[in-house]
Amino acid sequence: MAERDILLDSTLDSVEIAEDAVLQDAQEIGFREEELHQIGMAVRETMVNAVVHGNRYNSRKKVHLSVMKGHDRLTVVIADEGEGFDLNALPNPLAEENLLRQSGRGLLLIQAFVDEFQVRRGQPGGTEVRMVKYLAKAS
Amino acid sequence: MSVKLTTRQVGDVTVIDATGRITLGEGASTFRDAIRDLATKGEKKLLVNLSDVSYIDSSGIGEMVSGFTTVTNHGGQLKLLGLSKRVKDLLQITKLYTVFEVFEDEAAAVRSFA
Repeated sequence: MAERDILLDSTLDSVEIAEDAVLQDAQEIGFREEELHQIGMAVRETMVNAVVHGNRYNSRKKVHLSVMKGHDRLTVVIADEGEGFDLNALPNPLAEENLLRQSGRGLLLIQAFVDEFQVRRGQPGGTEVRMVKYLAKAS
Repeated sequence: MSVKLTTRQVGDVTVIDATGRITLGEGASTFRDAIRDLATKGEKKLLVNLSDVSYIDSSGIGEMVSGFTTVTNHGGQLKLLGLSKRVKDLLQITKLYTVFEVFEDEAAAVRSFA
């Protein structure tokens, strides 16, 4: 499995850089347009969470991006150096009382667009998000 | 490319034609400012045309919801026109189809404000 690691600044420019890098690898594996859109969106939302909520734009903190190309899957790991968060403590964006909240939908979209999604405490700290997207089998 | 917004009047309905991307940063803030500006000016019938919007992220969705709330709080209505399949999917995933009135046809959308 080919892997590349990229260290990114805590800026919104890094969101674009990460999205472009992952999409390049995804294209090489053979993902099609709609799947590319979904992968790009999942990476974008995860990167925004890492830069904005994790590292809080702190110039001393980095975002770690790893992209692994398998023959039938793309694995993306994005880790920040923030304080971390409790996934279970977040309000449910689909609850009636939360529908009109301005924020809080990013994780929902990520989970909708990838096949596997895991959040864990990073080493030594921060949040690490691992996502896997499988190539659809030809029918 | 960020989002470009132009407004036009169709009867007493203000149509906001959006082109480009509504994403975190300039795109989302441009959208927010435009809707707030129109609501503050007393425009009560706003139709956001998303036909030429290629990409919306969760921040963009948040701004659409925020715009909806702002306009509603000013006694107006904000409706959506011309959603691509991708934007429709986003509204499905986030359950916002239950919040927004969505139209395919501009004339029908304009009539719905009457």
